[in-house]
Amino acid sequence: MPATAAEEHGAHGGHKLIAKGDKCVRDTDEMRRNHMKILKHQRDETMYKGIRTTQDSLKNCIGCHVNPKTNSVASSKEDFCMGCHTYAAVKVDCFECHSSKPKAVSSVAPPPLAGVANTPVGKSIVEGRK
Amino acid sequence: MSNMDKNRRQFIGVGVAAAAGLAIAPGVTLLDLAHARPADQAADSAKRWGMLVDTNKCATGCNDCVSACGKENGFGSTGHPETDPQWIRKIELKEIKSGKTHSLPMMCQHCAKPPCVDVCPTGASFKRADGIVLVDRHICIGCRYCMMACPYKARSFVHEETHDQNPDVPRGKGCVEGCTMCVHRIDRDQLPACVEACKAAGHEAILFGDLNDANSEISKRVATYASTQVRADLNLNTGVRYQGI
Repeated sequence: MPATAAEEHGAHGGHKLIAKGDKCVRDTDEMRRNHMKILKHQRDETMYKGIRTTQDSLKNCIGCHVNPKTNSVASSKEDFCMGCHTYAAVKVDCFECHSSKPKAVSSVAPPPLAGVANTPVGKSIVEGRK
Repeated sequence: MSNMDKNRRQFIGVGVAAAAGLAIAPGVTLLDLAHARPADQAADSAKRWGMLVDTNKCATGCNDCVSACGKENGFGSTGHPETDPQWIRKIELKEIKSGKTHSLPMMCQHCAKPPCVDVCPTGASFKRADGIVLVDRHICIGCRYCMMACPYKARSFVHEETHDQNPDVPRGKGCVEGCTMCVHRIDRDQLPACVEACKAAGHEAILFGDLNDANSEISKRVATYASTQVRADLNLNTGVRYQGI
């Protein structure tokens, strides 16, 4: 029986990535086995009943587990979700629709300025947003 | 966040809510606090969310509701106007004889008996207890029957991959979607984006509220003035009603 998660899962370390907080909403063992069930339950509660408690919400997961380098949980192999999902070869469909990034602090941020980003003014605006 | 900080924020939040709820004149409040619902409580059928559009106030050429919708829900032009998502659109009506024109926004009418729900083969199209008609994208197979069944052409199909979604509004290629009445905003006591934009533009043509509450502004207006349901002949009992057409 491997003593640590790192021994159990070998070299990949994505699952260890926690950007904020020191404790997950459930024990690691339970999350590892049942996170998909918890998320699915919460998904139906929110979709059909409008129950928007934050503890088990996908947004809450992303908030803590986001990779500060990529600002995402699923954009590279080093990101939290992909750490295990790549290793286990299980495709994550969540982020086909859901944003894998936490909500920007300013909710009024306009969409990227694709057309003007290459102009000097556009560049300064884009830089200013980062 | 430390506990103390949290308490302070909660306290400030309560203070702001209390201030906003203050009556500025008898019967007139800055913010209707009647629809507060705790996050862990399910939406229930005691409420029925609806909108009343006053076409006399809706300005020809103003597109603010449409652009606010796209911004809030995370979509814009894909460069292919034929297949762009469209949750709300502006319509110009003209009576040929008198030349009188009307401008109005058209979107999902949130029917009490929605044809889109009737035809959905998977149950993805559904009506929430509080009257909001939604698509559960988790089980939508993108067959587009609902788009054909809707008399208002209110739904659209996502043809292209999506990027930079609003975390509150997940949306992706291969599903049908339509106006959600900004359900994520309603659930936290905010007005739908189009209503807010219309207010900000100074028109206040769209009134949002609870049709089941006899004391709500919308119910009073519906009870006082003549309002129209578009295609009332279909007996769908729409949640969005129009005044002045």
